[in-house]
Amino acid sequence: MLNQKINIKIDGQNFVAQTGETILQVARKNKIDIPSLCYHPDLKVQASCRLCVVEIAGVKGLQTSCMTKVFDGMDVKTKSPQINKARQINLELIFAQHVEECDDCVWLDNCKLLKLAREYKVKIPRFVDRKQKFPVHQFGQSLIFDSKKCIDCGLCVEMCHRQGVDFLERQKKGNFFQVEPSKDPKKDCIYCGQCLVHCPVGAFEAVGEFEAIEKFLKQKNKVVVFQFAPSVRVSIGEEFGLEHGSIVTDQLVGAIKQLGVNYVFDVSVAADTTTIEEAGELLERLKTGKNLPMFTACCPGWVRYVEYFFPEFIPNLTTVRSPQMIMGGLIKTYWAKQQKIDPKNIYVVSVMPCVAKKTEIERPELKIKGIKPVDYVMTTRELARLLKKKNINLTKVKKQPADCPLGEPTGAGVIYGTTGGVMESALRSALYQLTGKKMAKPDFKAVRGNKDIKTAEVKIADKKLKIAVVNGNGNAYKILDELKQNPKAYDYIEVMACPGGCIGGGGQPMPVDDEIRQKRINSLYEIDQSKKIRLAEDSPIIQCLYRDFLVNKKDAELICHTRYYKQKKGNRVLKG
Amino acid sequence: MKNKLIQKIEKAKLVGRGGAGFLTHLKWQAMLDAKSSLKFLVCNGSEGERETYKDGYILTNYPEEVINGMRLAFENLGITKGYIYLKPEYFKIFAKKLKKIIGGLNIEIFEEYGGYLAGEETTLCNVIEGKLAMPRQKPPYPTDQGINNQPTLINNVETLYQISKIAKDKYQNIRFCSLAGEVKNKGVFELPATLTIEEILKQTKNYPNFEFFVQAGGGWSGSILLSSELNQAPAGTSGIIVYRKNSTTVMKLAEKLIDFFVSHNCDKCVPCREGTYRLQEMIKSKKIDELKFKDLIFTLENTSFCPYGKSLVIPFKDIYNKLLKC
Repeated sequence: MLNQKINIKIDGQNFVAQTGETILQVARKNKIDIPSLCYHPDLKVQASCRLCVVEIAGVKGLQTSCMTKVFDGMDVKTKSPQINKARQINLELIFAQHVEECDDCVWLDNCKLLKLAREYKVKIPRFVDRKQKFPVHQFGQSLIFDSKKCIDCGLCVEMCHRQGVDFLERQKKGNFFQVEPSKDPKKDCIYCGQCLVHCPVGAFEAVGEFEAIEKFLKQKNKVVVFQFAPSVRVSIGEEFGLEHGSIVTDQLVGAIKQLGVNYVFDVSVAADTTTIEEAGELLERLKTGKNLPMFTACCPGWVRYVEYFFPEFIPNLTTVRSPQMIMGGLIKTYWAKQQKIDPKNIYVVSVMPCVAKKTEIERPELKIKGIKPVDYVMTTRELARLLKKKNINLTKVKKQPADCPLGEPTGAGVIYGTTGGVMESALRSALYQLTGKKMAKPDFKAVRGNKDIKTAEVKIADKKLKIAVVNGNGNAYKILDELKQNPKAYDYIEVMACPGGCIGGGGQPMPVDDEIRQKRINSLYEIDQSKKIRLAEDSPIIQCLYRDFLVNKKDAELICHTRYYKQKKGNRVLKG
Repeated sequence: MKNKLIQKIEKAKLVGRGGAGFLTHLKWQAMLDAKSSLKFLVCNGSEGERETYKDGYILTNYPEEVINGMRLAFENLGITKGYIYLKPEYFKIFAKKLKKIIGGLNIEIFEEYGGYLAGEETTLCNVIEGKLAMPRQKPPYPTDQGINNQPTLINNVETLYQISKIAKDKYQNIRFCSLAGEVKNKGVFELPATLTIEEILKQTKNYPNFEFFVQAGGGWSGSILLSSELNQAPAGTSGIIVYRKNSTTVMKLAEKLIDFFVSHNCDKCVPCREGTYRLQEMIKSKKIDELKFKDLIFTLENTSFCPYGKSLVIPFKDIYNKLLKC
């Protein structure tokens, strides 16, 4: 029977647990440390690292706590000479397949392996590294997979499967199965980076992480402009020891300025533009009945998934550019004109929660009059590393607001960072554009929350809009399958490839789990709630922008819209 | 629920003949009790143990008994679909013949892709589902959630043969012993299960007139026994391999065995993937570092995910203790 309360003992202490839980889950809940590398609460139990072994009174031998369910009266020991010996040997074996490159590792500040090595007095070089000649792979401009560091725990393969992609797979080479990108022409990486945030040993990193983080400092004679994504303000604090989800918008701006950057803009302002354009496009499509349902396209992982795996749905993607691209475009046109700077002399750096954004900026069709709107993307993690390297402590810097004129977003632009956020912002605007009415409480609670797929019927004026919000790319095919059966099942669909939306993105601080994602989400809604202006159209910045600059449709097309294409496979072997 | 055939199996004290030695009536009872509209049966003819041929022998000589054992499972346990799970060599030889005997029973002859681990029962479920040959976590046991998460009974070829005999009241506690290695009369012999290894070697006119040791119980994963240790029945799958002491280079034997285990494991868990590799490395270097060796054996035995890693240490421990140290 599930969910019955039972009593168990761990290391002599009594705990109440529930049937169906594993020993490891109960231990973690109660802050008892059992080492484990291959367990991630997001994913199915792998039980491959064999570090979480424990002893159970009355049961012969060592048992793995990640796969053993608790029973009433269970008496567990998490420490004994036998247990320690097993952990030590297995750690030594793991080290022998993990070529260390600690300086450059995404886990530098909180590496579980090194912590365990010290704790269990591991002789790291007891065996010769067997993976020294293993290849390094690059996926698009987004991800590096260094298989020399892989410990074969299986989490990335599992995560890639959960994302509905199955690009990473276990292939047999010689005597060993190893993780390899699929050679199947039907499969390719969508660059979501969820493998990276679920890898316990840093075998994945973003392209340029961390060797290229100072590139922008070397841009001679250029005006460097930073822009930061909605979700970064509620995640980067974690890198500096703050509570998960801490809101640090003004500290973030202050810290970037301390790097010597003069202009810092808020991508959420561009998100307000996205919202207006997208709501308008939705109403237009509803009027003509063409290319429905409309799909959001802010998430480059999701866009690539459609372009590569389901090109038949390309016409359904909104033509509106993602906020980072719109902002880059505005900086190099609108702002450049105001400042009388040649756009060629502006260098735009985005701080993004995402590794797919690194590939997005290379798309040729996004160029405006031959110029790339964004020159460089660094992830939340990369910026944090850079700040630490320069001894800039985010928690101590002088708070500063983002710069005018692209610095003050509405609440609608901020919630872009969570699943359901784009949908909610667009619904607020669609209602306004259609009726001229503003809601007293502009909350669409049906699209919020962590469910895999949220569906609802939303009444907008006399229209009933059927909407769906997909949280995590692995759930997208369910909706696409449904659409193949019933093309009119929905009018508008939001998909975010990463669980929880951008707050759970592949460029975000680690570790991450449901609880952490929820805290980040809560903070975004808190910001939205606290804003006086929560409708994109009410933003004075946006009003100016449309009055002075995006005057006719052609201008808006050039800066705010794009096209999509069937994509080719984008992985290659770098070394090995 | 009482079932006459299960009671008979229990009375005969039949244990699974695939090597793990689990009481057969318990599996059958679990299947009988399982509530599902789909129930699978697998006749396991994977026979991945090296130098063991008894399942092939039974399929050659008594295929009707095996199919009859399957039919009994269909009738008594409400099986809805059966598989005869064969390694490629056996599929080639037996598929056609078995198909004829199956008649109207809903049995598919399934060709697996070989390898030692493919015969392990949870791995077998994955293979039939078209997944990688990797073991699953237990529990749930296959009788709860096997193929496609439905109750699945997995019995060895010999076990099903014996069930047929039990049903016909013709069960005699005999075992099928494969004799291999340096013996005059190689092959499979039907002998009383109570015979000791020494008696088996003598009765089959295979007792060597030279100094020797044997590997008994499970092909290449069986125990190494010296000629003074043969007063016991062979365990597991009852096979016996005879090695001539003078002409067997112990390290070469160890190398042959470890090469086999390194290439046949699934690489899922650390001790078995890395541990066997490091054992191989050490054996190939011909220098056994005692502490390292013992550590590797320890972790394989105590922390491997599945029985493969836990049991493959047996011959290496024996080689070390009985052949190298003396």
